[in-house]
Amino acid sequence: MGDYILLIISCLFVNNILLMQYLGNCPFLGVSKKMETAVGMGMAVIFVLVMAGTITWLTEAFVLKPFGFEYLRTLAFILVIAGLVQFVEMFLRKSIPALYAGLGIFLPLITTNCAVLGVCLINIKDEYTFVQAVVSSFAYAAGFALDLVLFAAVRERILLARVPKPLQDTSIGLATAGLFSLAFFAFKGMA
Amino acid sequence: MAKSVVQEFTKGLWAEIPPFRLVLGLCPTLAVTKGVENGIGMGVALTFVLVCSNVVISLVRKIIPNKVRIACFIVVIATFVTVVELVMQAFAYPLFLKLGIFIPLIVVNCIVLGRAEAFAAKNGVVASFADGLGIGIGYTLALTTLAIIREVFGNGTFYNIPVFGPSFKPFAFMVQAPGAFVCLGLMLCIMNILGKK
Repeated sequence: MGDYILLIISCLFVNNILLMQYLGNCPFLGVSKKMETAVGMGMAVIFVLVMAGTITWLTEAFVLKPFGFEYLRTLAFILVIAGLVQFVEMFLRKSIPALYAGLGIFLPLITTNCAVLGVCLINIKDEYTFVQAVVSSFAYAAGFALDLVLFAAVRERILLARVPKPLQDTSIGLATAGLFSLAFFAFKGMA
Repeated sequence: MAKSVVQEFTKGLWAEIPPFRLVLGLCPTLAVTKGVENGIGMGVALTFVLVCSNVVISLVRKIIPNKVRIACFIVVIATFVTVVELVMQAFAYPLFLKLGIFIPLIVVNCIVLGRAEAFAAKNGVVASFADGLGIGIGYTLALTTLAIIREVFGNGTFYNIPVFGPSFKPFAFMVQAPGAFVCLGLMLCIMNILGKK
């Protein structure tokens, strides 16, 4: 049990997917201008990433490895993720319209979110067991959502501040993200 | 419409240079610019994928049904990324290890998919080729510039060769994650100042 808690902390803070491993920055800067969209995107990523992590691990273990197709991993994983996202979108629209209304518009964006494919590949690279892979997928996604929500809160304040013209928008956003990253850097000492 | 091939090529070098003008493909920009060698390697790999996928997509653009076009684009891109992965494993293994996960992640690099969707799906083969090459080289230049700044100040070296004397204390912040974000933010700011007319 202690191992899993360590794994969660390591994925959530120490190896934070956004600020330490630089994955998923495009949606990070793109949807963090408003709190509502940030929360929606964060939830959608958690939702999809847990499923994608599970399914890609199973694909690797039961399809790619037994047949020696490891070199097709990139191709197989992105297809699985794209298919999964499409399927989830259709399923939600039909069965749970309330959830679809919240997450719907973010789902197509997730296929090209490199955090999703990245975490799936990291799970395989670090040779996690099935349970570890599921737990780490969740923890990474939760870390992503946490950053996104924190960052959106800061950005809403920046909107009210007087920023020099050339620094506006993405530029100041990146500099702020740098400060965030510095804060998360402190967790490295824990490792 | 009647833009010349040369124009399609040169716009990638300045007017639409990613990631400064088109704020896309930030993750590899931040991650691989610790050293000049990595920056160039990543740029070349991305240029290859971009050119090939642009050409193929513009060849098949009339056959692909509109509804499944994104999925088709991703398959084409993933194929070329796999090619790059295998070639790099065979001929540039140390670089492959350094770039690590970011080679397979070219598949989801927004620049490649963005150019496929915004340009190759609407234009002819020659124009798409020029567009892919221009954007690819522009991206390589951008990565290299950022990598030079970060490597020279953060590590005191250029292409692994020391540039300052032995008394130089490297500014380690620059090669770490926070430095990457701040550096890119400042570069965007400089580009905004330069681009203003």
